[in-house]
Amino acid sequence: MATVRANHGARTVASTFVGYFILIFFALVFIYPFVIQLSASFKTEANAAASPLNPIADPFVTDAYHKVFLSTDMPLWLGNSLIVTIAITLGRVLLDSMAGYALARLRFKGRKALFGAVIAILAVPGVVLFIPKFLVLKQFGMYDSYTALILPIIADAGGVFIMKQFFESIPRSVEEAAKIDGAGTWRTFWSVVLPMGRPALITLTIISFQSSWNELPHSLVAVQSPDLYTLPRGLAVLVSGSLGSGNQYPLKLGAAVLATIPVAVLFVVFQRYFVRGANEGADK
Amino acid sequence: MRLSAKARENIAGWLFVAPVILILGLFMLLPILMAMWVSVTDWNGQGSPFKSSVPFVGMDNYTKLFAEDGLTRQDFMTSVRNNLYYVGLVVPIQTILALGLALVVNSRMLKGKTFFRAAFFFPSVTSSVAISVVFLFIFASSGAVNNLLAFFGIQGPQWFADARGLLHLALDAVGLVNADSPPAFLTSGGPFGLSWWEWLAGPSVAMSTIMLLVIWTTSGTFMLMFLAALQDVPVTLEEASMLDGAGRWKRLRFVTLPMLKPTLFLVLTMGIISTWQVFDQVYVMSQGAPGKTTLTPAYLSYTQAFDSFEYGTGTAISFVLFAIIVLFTIVQRWLLRERNA
Repeated sequence: MATVRANHGARTVASTFVGYFILIFFALVFIYPFVIQLSASFKTEANAAASPLNPIADPFVTDAYHKVFLSTDMPLWLGNSLIVTIAITLGRVLLDSMAGYALARLRFKGRKALFGAVIAILAVPGVVLFIPKFLVLKQFGMYDSYTALILPIIADAGGVFIMKQFFESIPRSVEEAAKIDGAGTWRTFWSVVLPMGRPALITLTIISFQSSWNELPHSLVAVQSPDLYTLPRGLAVLVSGSLGSGNQYPLKLGAAVLATIPVAVLFVVFQRYFVRGANEGADK
Repeated sequence: MRLSAKARENIAGWLFVAPVILILGLFMLLPILMAMWVSVTDWNGQGSPFKSSVPFVGMDNYTKLFAEDGLTRQDFMTSVRNNLYYVGLVVPIQTILALGLALVVNSRMLKGKTFFRAAFFFPSVTSSVAISVVFLFIFASSGAVNNLLAFFGIQGPQWFADARGLLHLALDAVGLVNADSPPAFLTSGGPFGLSWWEWLAGPSVAMSTIMLLVIWTTSGTFMLMFLAALQDVPVTLEEASMLDGAGRWKRLRFVTLPMLKPTLFLVLTMGIISTWQVFDQVYVMSQGAPGKTTLTPAYLSYTQAFDSFEYGTGTAISFVLFAIIVLFTIVQRWLLRERNA
């Protein structure tokens, strides 16, 4: 019996060791590329090319960032991305929660069929919509405008689904009390239901912000003039185009760092909600 | 006159959903219907596709993809081949990696769960374009990966310029064929305008960098889904099986995995749907090059429309891609069905 236990203990130690080894190895694989990216953006071009693995930038220079802001359209792309992302996020949070609330709580004719349609739309692969979206934007005369960047994706079926699930999970009693007090549907929704929906609203805000900040294909089919490029689009152009001589890796990586920072900051602050978002997406 | 409560709720309901219906109807449903029309025309992007001057070509755009010998079919079939290998490798690898990481992170003996979970998940929330830029740097011919390989005495390839297929290289390495002069019975014919030899190329070296990138970015999300499911496995169930003397592998095989089946099913479905749509990475990293070995149907559909102004062909490709995705998910469902039901 004693030997069995000792054997068991040794095996536990060994498997703990193996467990940590696996975790640390993969943590390096998943994080080190970002370390390299950050350090290379502070290296000189020659240094970045010569020692790409070195996590320390020596000499430490900020030339790449000066150049990104002074000789590319980065300020414009950042501005456009901010406008578009904020508009889409606000729109989605409001419109998706209105629809989600109606589908969860209000009894109206055609509710079931409508929810079925939302699920059907969730199943349409985004790629199928590239050219169709372009067609419809052209037809409406919206092509190549801020409207084209924002309006088509200002509501999304996934968000409606998340909010519907959420509103179904909160008790009806509070709303009923408000209704007895004579509050109309909008009043009940706006000042009673929404404040209770904080966790779901934060989740929806975060996934909307993240997905619209990172969005590339929609920009490709909605606009063509460089004045309307968002950050991912600008970055894609920056990478494929040749800016002067050399590989310009510090410059490109620095621009990529700027594109990553907002979502990275959100991630650090609201990690809990990112996790929730990933799993709510899974509940679809 | 005041409306009844029921009528008021009816109106309120429709008013609440109206904006979403309007947006989804105008920018999802209507576009699909318009695109169906465009896919049977020869519209070149000028003016409205509904003018009578736009030539109607029936199913031509579709038959060009399957039955007519020509560049369009060749490109389309090449893109399907590339994406088939891509799906066939990325989906299983990312699923196994995600499951493995979830099992290790979930282990009760290890500390730092939150940190590791965050580290594995972080790549999936960042911009695909930014990540592609990072991978272009890392896999550059004298970049980080090749430096690392050199440390082990291996000379790394010129990743993004290397069109050689991995399966060709493997067949050559084991001495079955000579990749430089493949046997005639493989090169002389094959289905859909590509020779058997071309179908058997496997993913190119360049494509494998995109595959690595996607596995790297998506495993984290799927790991979270497995992790959530693992936390639902009742501890009592595991303990009971431990008392019954079940070893670690037996426990995994007969207790844990069956509980994870719904999640596994979901992860595979989501994986198949998203891998058939790979676009951003191709757009930024390779534009289909080298030798069209990173061309995918999604990217081809885009370039047909916006670079070649063949909107009919482009939309036809996207509908065929839609059909492929539906077909693959149905087959996957059928393969994983409950057999003892």
